[in-house]
Amino acid sequence: MTPLEFFTWLSETSWSVDLHESEIAYSIIESVHVWTLCVFFGLMMMVDLRLLGWTMRAVPVSEVLDRVLPWAIAGFVVMVISGMLLVLAIPLRSYQNLFFRGKMIMLVVAGLNAWLFHYRVYPKIAGKSFDGIPPKAVRIAGATSLALWVAIVFCGRMIAYNWFDCDRQPQPAIINFLTSCVPAPSVY
Amino acid sequence: MLPFFQWCYDTAIGETIRESTWLFPLIEAVHLVGLGLTAGAVLIVDLRLLGAGLRGQPAAQLWASVRPWLLGSIGLMVVSGTLLFLSEAIKCYYSYAFWVKMTCLVLALAFAFTVRQYVVRTGLDRALQSRLTAIASLGLWFGVAWGGRWIGFS
Repeated sequence: MTPLEFFTWLSETSWSVDLHESEIAYSIIESVHVWTLCVFFGLMMMVDLRLLGWTMRAVPVSEVLDRVLPWAIAGFVVMVISGMLLVLAIPLRSYQNLFFRGKMIMLVVAGLNAWLFHYRVYPKIAGKSFDGIPPKAVRIAGATSLALWVAIVFCGRMIAYNWFDCDRQPQPAIINFLTSCVPAPSVY
Repeated sequence: MLPFFQWCYDTAIGETIRESTWLFPLIEAVHLVGLGLTAGAVLIVDLRLLGAGLRGQPAAQLWASVRPWLLGSIGLMVVSGTLLFLSEAIKCYYSYAFWVKMTCLVLALAFAFTVRQYVVRTGLDRALQSRLTAIASLGLWFGVAWGGRWIGFS
């Protein structure tokens, strides 16, 4: 089954059709997505700013990670669930959306960055005391995370707009390539 | 009030944003980043007041540390929000979500820099007063975010 076939199948399930047709359910799920964005993205930025040494310098990095990250992760879980429901409501369009694809790629990169930080960078400095401002490797991890999450939020917001949608042809060939869109021959 | 909203709608800035394809979405995304930063700075202190999060730290010190970020993000939100508002002032006038949001925003800001700041600085640790303050703060900011999202739906 190709991804296109999978998302086509998904869009024909009764769950997808019901969600798509229920205006109130879609609005509520999208609101939940924005509230959890406040919790996850907000706290994540505070953690990243701490890693950069730009706020809460009197609080040890380990304490910020131990006490703040669990709340951010809780927000992230609800965010992913609500995000998946939003995709379920419009599967095919999401799959072929340029910004959705950009967002998913950056999510993977953000995950890699988090993994590198927790298992490669952080163990080397854990337990060592430093004067408020963390070592360079930690600051780089924080800056990378911050930049990625801001870019992810930007892309997420842009998914709503249909500038590059498959059913809006003609598009430049590069756009159709990036969105795996094969426009119907009748368009040309 | 309507003539004022009409005047806002007719400003050159409002018209420029309205007629551009990219401006409104871009400003909206900036607004969303500002929202996240505001929420983060608010949550660090409110979680502490609830006896969660960074509970090993004095609330007053956390507040002093995140305050510049809160002020900066609110500045970012007010500027980006005003631009968005100018481009669709008439729609906002007729949107109940807009009025809910503005009411909550004024109350949330006033609360943050008066009652909440007082409670944080006098440091009534984990007292009922601290918890109620955090709940009131979170409730008001929740109203701001809820109203904001629903302006788009109406």
